[in-house]
Amino acid sequence: MAKEVKLLGQWVSPYVLRVQIALELKGVSYEYLEQQFGENKSELLLKSNPVYKKVPVLIHKDRPICESAIILQYIDEVWGAGGPAVLPSDPYERAIACFWVSYIDDKFGPSLVGLIRGKTDEENAAAAEQAILGLELLEEAYEKSSRGKRFFGGDDVGYLDIVLGSSLRWIEVIEIMRGIKLLDNAKFPLLMAWAERFRAAAVVKKLMPEAGKLMEYAKEVQARMNAAAAN
Amino acid sequence: MDPLSPPPPPPATAAAAAAGEGAGCCDLKLLGSWASSYTHRVQLALKLKGLEFEYAEEDLSNKSPALLQSNPVYQKVPVLLHSPRGAVTESLVILHYLDDAFPALRPLLPSDPFDRALARFWCHFADDKLGPAVGAVFASSGEAQKAAVAQVHENLKLIENELREGAFKGKRFFGGDGIGILDIVLGCGSYWLAVFEEVTEAKLVDPDAFPLFYAWLKDFEAQEEVKDTIPAIDRLLEYARGLRQMILSHTTTATAAAAAATTAAATSTNIAVDSST
Repeated sequence: MAKEVKLLGQWVSPYVLRVQIALELKGVSYEYLEQQFGENKSELLLKSNPVYKKVPVLIHKDRPICESAIILQYIDEVWGAGGPAVLPSDPYERAIACFWVSYIDDKFGPSLVGLIRGKTDEENAAAAEQAILGLELLEEAYEKSSRGKRFFGGDDVGYLDIVLGSSLRWIEVIEIMRGIKLLDNAKFPLLMAWAERFRAAAVVKKLMPEAGKLMEYAKEVQARMNAAAAN
Repeated sequence: MDPLSPPPPPPATAAAAAAGEGAGCCDLKLLGSWASSYTHRVQLALKLKGLEFEYAEEDLSNKSPALLQSNPVYQKVPVLLHSPRGAVTESLVILHYLDDAFPALRPLLPSDPFDRALARFWCHFADDKLGPAVGAVFASSGEAQKAAVAQVHENLKLIENELREGAFKGKRFFGGDGIGILDIVLGCGSYWLAVFEEVTEAKLVDPDAFPLFYAWLKDFEAQEEVKDTIPAIDRLLEYARGLRQMILSHTTTATAAAAAATTAAATSTNIAVDSST
């Protein structure tokens, strides 16, 4: 039934990675369709996500679901029996996880994008500050929600683990590109240890893009941006 | 009158009968602001579920220790305190929480996973695109405002389309026969459209251009629980006029206008000076 589920994605996107991890955790077979960047968006993408025209889009029985956080919840609800729950089952813990997911998407994620795209020293400094503030808050959140367990969600990789963990490769790339330390072992010991465990999880090892390839891509993006700025 | 400080709130409305799941009056407390549409979302949801709750009006120019402690990350209303577990913040998170914590009481979300995903998507769209576009109309004037109005119309067209031939075709409310989460989210911002039309003289919801959206909005506003939640229009008008005057008085030059619009759009989206979410 592989054709019943399709994922429109881009290999560089941490948002797409989130969905791949969740599908893998639930043992769902799917057809992956790599999408083009820039102007040449496919008919299928434009038809499936006319509002935002972005990946990821999950297509299940010909119906599209958009926005990675929403897709993760959908996967958890539809394929509940396929694997451990992605979202916490306790309503309050679920609310806390959802709060942090929303924080990551509203504040932390954009600060990483800011660090990738920043043109001036001021822009980069502001983005770095926001990113580090985010890590401080998440270090504290990890301490509170995990209660000594291996992941934010407990024994298994869960919703918040997937959402934050999907950005780890990009954080590595940004640290090299910008010559800054974001995930500092001295400042964020709990997150560092969590990150190692996350990266070591079988499903993540299988799916995370290679750091070298991502670095090459980031350099290309920067070169294109610099060329555009010079014109 | 200081436009940043709202007039004294109406007497705290007593909630509906106690929930079958035994939420006593002191289990649930809502920190909110009378003019905040995000606060209204939660008040409306609590009323629809028939949950008793205590309401505490926050003075957003002088935030209470309770607010600062319970929402240290954003320091905004609404905050739902559910004893003994703790605080839930962010209005969409709160609405989901209410469904999860009180599953036997009138659900806010549909039961089918795909319908849930659709409702969530359009709630996201409302906060990500429509809300900021409406805020930008309020915070700007002249050419910048014309562009902002065009943006609002683009966004309303998308919703109108879903009502006419898309996901919500033939439905009375986005939630079906009764109000659901998307009605709450869209509805609790949409009364501002009429207010802003009056205060800024921009035409936002033309019943001829958006007949289905307009009809839905009137139907939504006529619901008892909604009438009970949304403040009287003259109070909203007074509040909006004061805020608008303050915004415009900062825009003496074109560049100052652009700067003020960016700041004000962020604040006035929440219509409580960046203090609700």
